[in-house]
Amino acid sequence: MAPTDRAPHDPLSHDEGHGHEHGSELSEMQLRVRALETILTEKGYVDPAALDRIVETFETEIGPHNGARIVARAWVDPDFKRRLLADATEAVNSLGHVSPVGSHLIAVENTDEVHHMVVCTLCSCYPWEVLGLPPVWYKSAPYRSRAVIDPKGVLAEFGVALPGDARIRVWDSTAETRFLVLPMRPAGTEGWTEERLAALVTRDSMIGTGLAKTPAEAGS
Amino acid sequence: MTNTIHDMGGMHGFGPVETEPDEPPFHEDWEGRVLAMQRAMGFAGLWTIDAGRASLEALPPLLYLGSSYYRRWFFGLERRLIQHGLVDEAEIAAGHSAHPGVRLNRTLALSDVAKPLTRGNFERPAPAPARFRIGDEVRTRNINPTTHTRLPRYARGKLGTIEAVRGCHVFPDTAALGAGEHPQWLYTVVFANRELWGEDADPSIAVSIDAFEPYLVPA
Repeated sequence: MAPTDRAPHDPLSHDEGHGHEHGSELSEMQLRVRALETILTEKGYVDPAALDRIVETFETEIGPHNGARIVARAWVDPDFKRRLLADATEAVNSLGHVSPVGSHLIAVENTDEVHHMVVCTLCSCYPWEVLGLPPVWYKSAPYRSRAVIDPKGVLAEFGVALPGDARIRVWDSTAETRFLVLPMRPAGTEGWTEERLAALVTRDSMIGTGLAKTPAEAGS
Repeated sequence: MTNTIHDMGGMHGFGPVETEPDEPPFHEDWEGRVLAMQRAMGFAGLWTIDAGRASLEALPPLLYLGSSYYRRWFFGLERRLIQHGLVDEAEIAAGHSAHPGVRLNRTLALSDVAKPLTRGNFERPAPAPARFRIGDEVRTRNINPTTHTRLPRYARGKLGTIEAVRGCHVFPDTAALGAGEHPQWLYTVVFANRELWGEDADPSIAVSIDAFEPYLVPA
């Protein structure tokens, strides 16, 4: 069955999906994607079981819980924090309980003086090994266009209010370097275990579009 | 390509950032299949990550803007498969293979799935010493190539400061063309907000890019 005879280089034939960042294209896309997978499988280029495993890995193993563990460790272990800020790839790979990362992970630390925020204006570069797949908003035109020209406006939409004198630093991920924000440790968490602290670390706090949860927000 | 719709930094008019609480990794099953096929075919090593990006940038702007992320990836993947002679248009229209596949250097077996799920290393031995040092003032070039580049429009011809030297890396501008890695020194270059956006811009903000040495000249 021919899923469609419309070529991808004919934008005018694709009028049904405009304005949607996801969804709404299910039937067309489901058919086209299934057809391509059939072709690639028939040609011996892909093994559907390997594809299943990739999907499953992204759904279950790779996610912001990895980043949260890294941040929690940095909050309780000054030596680890120093190593994380010096060479995040090395530091993360020294942790046994977090999946390994490839090269050029860079950690940047939020303080009362400076708030870091990460974007990829050109595509969707994201430290997915530690944060999982990027959320739709991170890949969307509004975020990519505005993060560099109006980061304060973007932060306000995320409900982030910074102290009046805090500077903002935006990191545009234009190369194969990847950035992980080390959020500030919330007050009132003295003596907490790493595990308890990790539950305060949100994905957005590690992108810089959020802050770590306070104990009250976490309901603990 | 360079001055295409993907280069969005600083544009107006796209509206507010819309977030989704408890967003799932994939909204539809096909999105996961696209990602998985992209990883599996990338493993074959026929194209670079930069060529992959270039194929998305080459999508017509209306299609690019009108498509979800994975839909864009799907079209980019189809385009690359056809360009490399792995699949033809008739097969895509028919939804089935019409002739045997070409021999790939490697295919992704179930036991190898972890490999493409760890990021590659793009650092290479340096062919020459770094031209700039931390603290140097530099100006980004005003370049407008019709081929792939990672110097965003908003940061061209701007005065910045070298904040970090990140090593010597595969140069996307040539790698995307299949013209070789030509490793180049990579620097974090930080710009004052007013340099980028004019004298009315908020001076408490700074923006950095990671820039390859050929993008930079001494200030």
